[in-house]
Amino acid sequence: MSGAVPWNEARAQEIIDAHLGLEGPALPILHAIQEEFGYVPEAAVPQIAQSLNISRAEMHGVVSFYHDFRRAPAGRHVLKLCRAESCQSMGSEKIAREFLERLKLEWGGTTNDGSLTVEAVYCLGLCAHSPGALFDGEPIGRVDGDLLDELASEAQKA
Amino acid sequence: MTKVYVPRDMAALAVGAKRVLAAIEKEAAARGEQIEIIRNGSRGLLWLEPLVEVETPAGRVGYGNVKPSDVPSLFDAGFLKGGAHPLSIGKVEEHPYWAKQTRVTFERVGIIDPVNLDDYVAHGGGQGLAKAFEIGPAKVIEEVTKSGLRGRGGAGFPAGIKWKTVADAPADRRYVVTNADEGDSGTFADRMVMEGDPFVLIEGMTICGYAIGASKGFIYLRAEYPQCAEVLTEALTAARAAGWLGENVRGSGFYFDIELRIGAGAYVCGEETSLLESLEGHRGIVRAKPPLPAHVGFMGRPTVVNNVLTLATAPAILAKGGEYYASFGVGRSRGTMPLQIAGNVKFGGLYETPFGLTLGEIVNDIGGGTLSGRPARAVQCGGPLGAYVPPSLFDTPFDYEAFQKHDSLIGHGGLVVFDDTVDMAQMARFGMEFCAIESCGKCTPCRIGSTRGVETIDRIVEGVDVEANIELLSDLCHTMKFGSLCALGGFAPYPVESALRHYPEDFRKATLPAAAE
Repeated sequence: MSGAVPWNEARAQEIIDAHLGLEGPALPILHAIQEEFGYVPEAAVPQIAQSLNISRAEMHGVVSFYHDFRRAPAGRHVLKLCRAESCQSMGSEKIAREFLERLKLEWGGTTNDGSLTVEAVYCLGLCAHSPGALFDGEPIGRVDGDLLDELASEAQKA
Repeated sequence: MTKVYVPRDMAALAVGAKRVLAAIEKEAAARGEQIEIIRNGSRGLLWLEPLVEVETPAGRVGYGNVKPSDVPSLFDAGFLKGGAHPLSIGKVEEHPYWAKQTRVTFERVGIIDPVNLDDYVAHGGGQGLAKAFEIGPAKVIEEVTKSGLRGRGGAGFPAGIKWKTVADAPADRRYVVTNADEGDSGTFADRMVMEGDPFVLIEGMTICGYAIGASKGFIYLRAEYPQCAEVLTEALTAARAAGWLGENVRGSGFYFDIELRIGAGAYVCGEETSLLESLEGHRGIVRAKPPLPAHVGFMGRPTVVNNVLTLATAPAILAKGGEYYASFGVGRSRGTMPLQIAGNVKFGGLYETPFGLTLGEIVNDIGGGTLSGRPARAVQCGGPLGAYVPPSLFDTPFDYEAFQKHDSLIGHGGLVVFDDTVDMAQMARFGMEFCAIESCGKCTPCRIGSTRGVETIDRIVEGVDVEANIELLSDLCHTMKFGSLCALGGFAPYPVESALRHYPEDFRKATLPAAAE
């Protein structure tokens, strides 16, 4: 996403060190690394492991367990579409399938121009306005095909 | 200066509250009107969002479903004085959806400025904690036990007993952990209380910490709620600055602080032991119980893990007394439940009411039936691990025990309505698929069973050995129910079994004559 900076080991160490006083600092560190660099680079894994005095394998296990930690940068914009039951009751599956077909994408994929990544999410707590979505972290209710197309072209522009 | 309320609740933002706010500010400036904007939480009349309210001498007047383009006409109509307009719903507190509720946990949500402590105190905030300091830890636990409050996360375990267990466990330190990993589809009560009245959670956690002898609390919030994290961060900062957290809480000599932690998209982390693993920085793998978290919890210390609503209800119980809270409800389901009415429903929202309304009253009378206008065919109660209930069981009263009798659960109080276009075999398949995606992988019934479940339902839908495969699926559900380590694998069969039981025709479409086509 926009705002992310290129990988920098010294900067990563600063981020890690800033969290070492916490009880159970692994997730806060991973969130902060992803916030800074846009994803959790492979090089960060042994570095965090060493700082926390755990094995590289254990740290890899943590990073790979959680859906939210990216192993590679996302597109410039990220659209999370809810696939949970409430949204399904309002036709979200069809809306999402047709949208992904128009973009020639699979779930989790990024458009060829790198403008948009579309991910599945299971519940955003917007269930009284299903289907729900998050576009670059901003909530959207009553999603339909036209609205998704608008977001996709908005993503292309910036 | 006229006070104008524009909610900052995530659901209001999702339908344009921010754009409406900008339009109001712009229009007010252009007209030279002096207004004070307050970003409140949502009243829970969610189908009316964005619901803009104006304070008038007669009370707060609401304007529902406001679009930016409506704003000039609202000013023309004199909405700053509560003037008539097609979008006006009159006095919000007289609206039947609001007036018929019994608001205890949600008494301030939507009313106050969520991050203004003075406003919180002016509306009764802080009385519960003051009472707790006055009566001492043992009496606090007694009051909570007397209230009959049960864990609102879904399992319904008596809160007072959990608190007492932790208080009695010998330890060098103890913890309070708020489970704010509200992942069930159709639920948003935790989010609404945290966005609309975060101090009540802070106060509730402080009361719990005081009662059990803990000095540290965590809020484990799901990552899907970024706006909620902002409100909580502001509230925690304000609470610390005003001496509500930290050294010497409110002059009592008691030390307590709260740290906000953000999850990372794992549904299973809503299970308390998985949550604790995650909080400690591990994979969110479920722990075998016993030992209970009340004995061996965060960092091996006795820990209360309670849902947001459970802890947010503690201040009202302390302020008004355990007996007051217990005076609501039916049977062993005491107090009130914030119902979340969602999905394909006309009047979706949050409705806090004593236990005991029937499901039909909730869906049809309060929810107004489906949004599509078609007949309702199923209501999923209690999230992705909850059963699908058909209209023939709409006379079931909403309480823990009555739902259990029908092999259903009320869970976290979420209700998702489906109309008659729903394909229940597909919903059953999704139930298994979701379990497969979110399984932590520790136990075999959940990890493997869910995938086999998807495959078996696929074969049934294709018409392959239908009856034999349905029997196999039922057997698989039985294994998952009784062989899984936690509620994810243990309850994933509920939606599947209920779909098989109440909607058998949806599983046999391939073998039935295509008469309906």
